Amino acid sequence: MVSAIKSLKTIITLATGILIIACGNDDEIPEIVNEEEVITTVNLTLTPQGGGTSIIVQSQDLDGDGPNPPVISVSGNLTSFTTYEGSILILNETENPAENITEEVEEEDEEHQFFYTSTGSIENIVYNDMDSDGNPVGLSFLLTTGEPGSATLAVTLRHEPVKPNDGSLTNAGGETDIAQTFNITVD
Amino acid sequence: MLKKLTAVLFVLSNSILFGQECDYNLTGKVVDFHDNSRLAGAIVYLRGVEKGIRSDEDGNYSLDGLCKGQFELIVSHPACDPVFLTIEIQGDTVKDLILEHHVEELDEVQLLGETVKNKMNTAQEQQLTTAVIERYSSATLGDALKEIGGVTGLSTGANIVKPTIHGLNGSRVLMLNDGVRMQDMEWGEEHAPNIDINAAGSISVIKGASALQYGGDAIGGVIVLDQTFRTAQDTLYGKTIVNGMTNGRGGNISTELTKVFDEGWFLKGQASYKRLGDREAPDYVLSNTGIEETGLSIRFGKKNFSWGWDAWYSYYDADIAILRASHIGNIDDLIRSINSGQPQVIEPFTYDISNPRQEVTHHLGKLNIYKRFEGTGKWNLRYDFQNNRRFEYDLRLGEVRDIPAIDLELQTHTINTDFLWDANSTIQVRTGLLGRYQNNFANPDTGVRRLIPDYDKYDLGIFAIGEYRFSEQWLLEAGARYDLTRIDALKYYRTSRWVERGYDQDFSEFVVEDFGNQLLTNPVFDYHNFSGTAGLHYKVNGTVDFRFNYTLAQRAPNPSELFSDGLHHSAARLELGDLRIGSETSHKIALSYQRSFNSWSFLVEPYANFISDFILLEPTGTEFTIRGAFPLWTYRQTNARLLGADLAAFVNWTPEWKTEHRFSIVKGKDTETNIALINIPAANITNKITFEKSEWKNLRTGLESLYVFRQNEYPPDITVFSPEQQQEVLLEINTPPEPYHLLKFYADVEFELGSRTRLGVGVTVDNLLNTNYRDYLNRLRYFADDLGRNIILQLNLKY
Repeated sequence: MVSAIKSLKTIITLATGILIIACGNDDEIPEIVNEEEVITTVNLTLTPQGGGTSIIVQSQDLDGDGPNPPVISVSGNLTSFTTYEGSILILNETENPAENITEEVEEEDEEHQFFYTSTGSIENIVYNDMDSDGNPVGLSFLLTTGEPGSATLAVTLRHEPVKPNDGSLTNAGGETDIAQTFNITVD
Repeated sequence: MLKKLTAVLFVLSNSILFGQECDYNLTGKVVDFHDNSRLAGAIVYLRGVEKGIRSDEDGNYSLDGLCKGQFELIVSHPACDPVFLTIEIQGDTVKDLILEHHVEELDEVQLLGETVKNKMNTAQEQQLTTAVIERYSSATLGDALKEIGGVTGLSTGANIVKPTIHGLNGSRVLMLNDGVRMQDMEWGEEHAPNIDINAAGSISVIKGASALQYGGDAIGGVIVLDQTFRTAQDTLYGKTIVNGMTNGRGGNISTELTKVFDEGWFLKGQASYKRLGDREAPDYVLSNTGIEETGLSIRFGKKNFSWGWDAWYSYYDADIAILRASHIGNIDDLIRSINSGQPQVIEPFTYDISNPRQEVTHHLGKLNIYKRFEGTGKWNLRYDFQNNRRFEYDLRLGEVRDIPAIDLELQTHTINTDFLWDANSTIQVRTGLLGRYQNNFANPDTGVRRLIPDYDKYDLGIFAIGEYRFSEQWLLEAGARYDLTRIDALKYYRTSRWVERGYDQDFSEFVVEDFGNQLLTNPVFDYHNFSGTAGLHYKVNGTVDFRFNYTLAQRAPNPSELFSDGLHHSAARLELGDLRIGSETSHKIALSYQRSFNSWSFLVEPYANFISDFILLEPTGTEFTIRGAFPLWTYRQTNARLLGADLAAFVNWTPEWKTEHRFSIVKGKDTETNIALINIPAANITNKITFEKSEWKNLRTGLESLYVFRQNEYPPDITVFSPEQQQEVLLEINTPPEPYHLLKFYADVEFELGSRTRLGVGVTVDNLLNTNYRDYLNRLRYFADDLGRNIILQLNLKY
């Protein structure tokens, strides 16, 4: 009888042991995932040729794919019939200090291209740089305004587009890293 | 020889030992329980005396030289469950033996094409036979199941087909693979069952949750894949099927071999391999739609009348390319795809499987033991282990190109036991218990926030079902089941999402640690689910078959419905679960009426399914990020109603010419908002004409027409803000495609190559007219047309 109880105890201990092993990873804390190559901020600086106040156009989305939409800010109005020298800065501000992703684009400039499209009072936007193959990148550009009025400026960054392309998004293909549109007023 | 000698010696020694008179006879006939037809070839075996005989063509048997006493009699027949009886021999005895016929045999006299009833007595149920399964050897399980009325498929291209029963799929359809409930992440819309169709012997579909022994949550239905097994002793048999197809420019090979030894030992091995390149629509190549699929299984054990065991291991691996044009960057790409009507990427044909793609691997191990107890019933004990690994590769760039965006490993241990009291021929009861532990691990190495979190899940189930045959024609069936499900997850939420969902108000106790922009939480939920069924079956053999069934079923939410949170890159949509989601409850009433006449028969199967707290996923709006806008799909609960009917008719015009007609319709409505449910299959009608003549090398040929109506009831489309166009635009994300009509032709013949070797040669042409079409239930319908013509050549060698 005693031995029966003993063996029963052994069985229970073994079974519990197996259960504990089977369910052992219960409280293991999963590793946090901080997504890399996240772009939180797009910052365009438009400086009038021949001097003047620079206009900063920015879109910032600190929660990435989270529910909060990007916060868009435009520091002021553009002046009509003026050419601006434009440059672009892209950042990952989820990291501290913020990671400058523009540098990565510069390093792999054959694999990237910015596309600028506009409506309204922006006359045209032309590329002001080239990658090592002689194709445009768009890290710097020239923007010329027209009559006073309202305008939209759309910025798209494509990863691995077809290069060279005809300048249209459809022809370029690739993957969209940035697609932001800004409403701008031209005085 | 040695065996025989031993047997003789044994009998002799018995007679010598007891030295009593042993010249009594036991005679009688073996008849079928259902229709009293005589059964030839049944084995009547007297245990203890070790004497047996086979019944003759009229079902008669006779055993002589018996002594007085009590004996155990075993009666078996290839198509029946064996029966155990105790018999008293006091003199010459006459005893008629009644067996209950299995369905396999009925297949040959079946009334409705290739489908026949089985498994449950009062539910709507149909079966696919081995012949049909073989014809679909190069397709998917989901394709084959569409042969059954009321079953459609929710597909993601041609390689991923999720079976949909009466308008419901995913976690509402339970897949039972040789007694093992598949745990293969069935929650995802683009997750196909991880099953090789070639490994199944027969497939039954129970349209509803009434099969409580398998689970109480199959609100859609149960798909049961079984092994067909011949228990003849000392045999070796097998088959090999080779298919070649034009669309995809590839094919598959499948082979299996079974060896049955003495004393019930058996060994069975099965292997298949499939390789296809890009599939083609009538007008263009569907770039990146190839597949590589491997299936392996091995099974061995010992099966005897009174006890037996078997072990089974099965491996499945599929590397499935996802249409390149379906990978879209943001909502503007989606608008462009829907509007253009052409895939955005068309490249020359290739066999390469590139990103986006998914690779799934499923290991399944099972151990089963059964024992029969004389005069009581049969006891079953089963343990199974499953490991499911899923990689989903997106179009990622740079260093992470070859790192999957989704990497999940799901491990499941299940133990269950049941007891069947079947000694009484009028009342049968089955009771059982189930315990299950499941662990999901979401690998952080993806560098992408987890769509499904790490979790542990525990299930406990208990059930009892019984049937009472109160007359030759009438049968009553009833059952009840209780399931407890606990889910214990560890999940990181974005702080902004946690607040936006209002979880900071309702679930603040779940927060374990605050990492600034992310929160580690530990949601734990318990669900208590009750299910029950009751039904009636009335049958007059050969003329009327009437079934009525009511089922109450409850289903706990799956991890995807609770926890989904993130961007599904390949589909360019954000999917959001809800922690507040509770179990859904279904009340389903189903009728089945079949009437048979000399040369024709019909079947009417109406049903109504009322589901409270129905969980659904639908597009609800847009969320904006730096990469543009994405459609937001959210899970919510509502009350729903599904009404439908499956109709079928079958006519024998001449012994060779037959026609078959099927029609299915289902209507789904959200009864709270009075809006149609999303993804409800469109009504469809199938007409088939077949010519079969066994004298002409077993020629079987048929022409099948499938007409799929346009789904006219669907939720409204949504308006979204297009950043590119700087305005609100209508996104026709719910608008169903136009109706379509497809023709299919098949023919096969069979040659005898030897006494036991037969070679079947067949040809099947799908989409005969190379019709351009899109299907409402194909998730890639926004991007490309469906498959064009496909000619499949099949060689089927049986030996």
